[in-house]
Amino acid sequence: MVESRISSSSRSRDLDKLLLRPGNLVGPTFEPGTQLRDDLQEYARILVVGAGGLGCELLKDLALSGFRNLEVIDMDRIEVSNLNRQFLFRLEDVGQPKAEVAAKRVMERVSGVNIVPHFCRIEEKELEFYSEFSIIVLGLDSVEARSYINAVACGFLEYDSNDEPVEETVKPMVDGGTEGFKGHARVILPGMTPCFECTIWLFPPQVKFPLCTLAETPRTAAHCIEYAHLIKWDEVHSGKSFDPDNPEHMQWVYLEAAKRAQLFGIPGVTYSLTQGVVKNIIPAIASTNAIISAACALETLKIASGCSKTLSNYLTYNGVEGLHTKVTEFVKDKDCLVCGPGIFIELETSVTLKMFIDQLEDHPKLLMSGASVRVGGKNLYMAAPPLLEEMTRSNLGLPLFELMDKSPTGVVHVTGTAGKGDKRQSCLRKLRVAFKAVGIADTDMAGGA
Amino acid sequence: MAEPKTKYDRQLRIWGEQGQAALEKASICLLNCGPTGSETLKNLVLGGIGSITVVDGSKVEHGDLGNNFMVSESSLGQPKAKCVCAFLQELNDAVKAKFIEEHPVTLIETNPSFFSQFTLVVATQLVEDSMVKLDRICRDANVMLIFARSYGLTGFVRISVKEHAVIESKPDHFLDDLRLNNPWPELKKFTENVDLDTSDPVVHKHIPYILILVKTAEEWAKSHGGRLPSTREEKKEFKEVIKAKMVATDEDNFKEAIEASFKVFASQGISSDLKRILDDTCAEVDSGASDFWVMVAALKEFIANEGGGEAPLEGSIPDMTSSTELYVNLQKLYQAKAEADFLVVEQRVRNILKKIGRDPYSISKTVIKSFCKNARKLTVCRYKLIEEEFNSPVLPELQKYLTDEEYSVAVGFYILLRAVDRFSANYNTFPGQFDGGMDEDISRLKTTAVSLLSDLGCNGSTLTEDLINEMCRYGAAELHAVAAYIGGVASQEVIKLITRQFVPMSGTFIFNGIDHKSQLLSL
Repeated sequence: MVESRISSSSRSRDLDKLLLRPGNLVGPTFEPGTQLRDDLQEYARILVVGAGGLGCELLKDLALSGFRNLEVIDMDRIEVSNLNRQFLFRLEDVGQPKAEVAAKRVMERVSGVNIVPHFCRIEEKELEFYSEFSIIVLGLDSVEARSYINAVACGFLEYDSNDEPVEETVKPMVDGGTEGFKGHARVILPGMTPCFECTIWLFPPQVKFPLCTLAETPRTAAHCIEYAHLIKWDEVHSGKSFDPDNPEHMQWVYLEAAKRAQLFGIPGVTYSLTQGVVKNIIPAIASTNAIISAACALETLKIASGCSKTLSNYLTYNGVEGLHTKVTEFVKDKDCLVCGPGIFIELETSVTLKMFIDQLEDHPKLLMSGASVRVGGKNLYMAAPPLLEEMTRSNLGLPLFELMDKSPTGVVHVTGTAGKGDKRQSCLRKLRVAFKAVGIADTDMAGGA
Repeated sequence: MAEPKTKYDRQLRIWGEQGQAALEKASICLLNCGPTGSETLKNLVLGGIGSITVVDGSKVEHGDLGNNFMVSESSLGQPKAKCVCAFLQELNDAVKAKFIEEHPVTLIETNPSFFSQFTLVVATQLVEDSMVKLDRICRDANVMLIFARSYGLTGFVRISVKEHAVIESKPDHFLDDLRLNNPWPELKKFTENVDLDTSDPVVHKHIPYILILVKTAEEWAKSHGGRLPSTREEKKEFKEVIKAKMVATDEDNFKEAIEASFKVFASQGISSDLKRILDDTCAEVDSGASDFWVMVAALKEFIANEGGGEAPLEGSIPDMTSSTELYVNLQKLYQAKAEADFLVVEQRVRNILKKIGRDPYSISKTVIKSFCKNARKLTVCRYKLIEEEFNSPVLPELQKYLTDEEYSVAVGFYILLRAVDRFSANYNTFPGQFDGGMDEDISRLKTTAVSLLSDLGCNGSTLTEDLINEMCRYGAAELHAVAAYIGGVASQEVIKLITRQFVPMSGTFIFNGIDHKSQLLSL
């Protein structure tokens, strides 16, 4: 054998072929060579959000795809029902934080990889935490959590004076999701390809039964279960809230549902169905998680290295009837509140931070209450926790203009609870603030230029 | 040990206890335990497959540490099969795991009877010659077989089973069996007793759409010489007729009826897919017929006689706005008809069994019941021997793929995946496997691919230089992410084959890791 850069005795024997050799079907930034391999190892930092069915697979796949700096965040603890697919966990781990066990198991087996676990809610982390990663990979099962991370990543995006995204501020995301034999993987380059919010219609809202059906004309086992869960429980247990993880509570709901079903002659109430309906359980299997995570890990490697083209931009996999895969190129919503240039708000220079926060509550596109406000890396006001609230409270009376160092325009991030009725959820929004008088001159100049 | 019901809860919701029982009875043999094979088995072991046997003759090298999670530093120099097997056992102690340190190729050549003990063989990273031989062995021994291979940013999965009949195909979207345009006497009578013109608004808004539609369809037929709406105009008019029956704007049941009116327009009788199964020569049964075909024969008789052109009624109705009483009574009505149909089919099954000299009770009531319930969704999959596909693929299909832009990369990879095996048979190495001589490998691979295309009858067809270069660049690398994908696909297919639920893939799945425009090729 001739002199070889690819050593067959090296741990990166296979990966080297892809990273060290030139090709024609590659990304525009691809610069093959050992430098690229070393850079991936040394400088690429990947965050995996979720250490469940997808997260476990993702950590393994990324650790074996040339990345050495990984972090994982998950607020959950291991349960017995995870063990049919979350292969990094064993029976004796039940009750332990998923992120910690997952990180430990992968580090035990893949030497050289460092994985930092974060056992907490994604909202608990500062924005800086997310800004430090090269790519954020999502292995989540909730729309709310995806929305949140998406808003965080899109929040880093800056636009230039022509409203074109500034490339260095694009924080790529790779997102996966599964249900039974089906799944999706997608690549989100904020500002360039549609963000999660641009195509939120892909996740239709969960069907909820009308209360009158539950109370008056139940027809299915699910109706009886939801009656026991949503109506009867509160009637009987005044003040005590229902805990879906408490087996006694679940048993009570099941028995009540069964009673009601018998009363109306409705078949099909079982304990398993009760759990499924109450906890909205999505069936999940190892193989589908493996497929989707692998696709996500591969895209992560391609984005980071340019060693091949990237998925553009949404892959669906369906193994229910035969096997169907499809790539759809969705388009960006140019008016998207999340990945667009931001909601424009014009203010008097005299408006105080307090007045600004109050305005957010009435703003038709925001309807945000209890907002915390940040500018650049600085917290102007923190609604929680109490200690930080106290520390930032004194800012409330000061004009926002001054707090923003008298800059005529600027980007402000606000976090709070937004939405209407029972669809309220915590969210992050990017605002483009311009101050009148100073701002007008600015606009005139832009118009004249 | 954990309560298996809890541990497997999330999958029991998909394939039920019967599917789980089938998995727990199955024995799987894996050939070659690189990442593609190891990942396939991992997904099966987690789900509680009965037993696994890992066959691999190699020792763990440094390179394996970079692409296979099931080996680690301490495994270096040890038999790979042993290390992988030990890790898999750790994942689930309910699984019987063993390994054989032997090269699969040797087993295929010297001990073909070895394979007959398994339910299914997963053969990974085999070259063409071994695939062909193993395929013949498994076909003769009636053992299910799946080939899987990862190669750079491409790879394939191919099932090889003579025949796979599915009763519970569980399609996502399937027209429910309501007989709105062809009601049986009891449903007709039930409908007659319901008054659509009731003056009680609460009663009116709780008439289930089934009854609204059966009634409206009947009225329409009466005034249209027995015909139902068929043209677009007529269909629109039919919906207007329903709309006119509404007495308030908040009547969800009538809105549902308008939305579901397409179920009235659907054609009566059985689908062409089911007809093809009934007309299959296997439906002419003799003593050697499988239970499935015996039941198909009975089904055929039923449809021609008692069924009046329809399959047995499925017996379930979707949820719809209704009073509890009407809904529950309707449900009972559908169930009763389904039960009656089942009893007729059951009798016919027993008679046929007797006629072909088998124990009339050798097929259980439960199985016949499930067969009746799923009669409209029966699926039969057949797979060519791989040798047949290799030597004489369906030429028009192949030519279509070669000229269709959607397929060009996938079919290019298909040809190149075969060409690299010819290459390796000639030169004892895969193109680009080692550094140096890349240009020579590229031109040799090109020549090999062109001659392969010509052998297949596609003279003059060529592949793009870019794709040939790409294939040489891969140098037979088994990348972990690609292997995990391919292994995931293979394990999903194994589950479908073993549980006999859902429909396994047909043809050859070609993975395209460049832009994910993977394709199934039917050659």
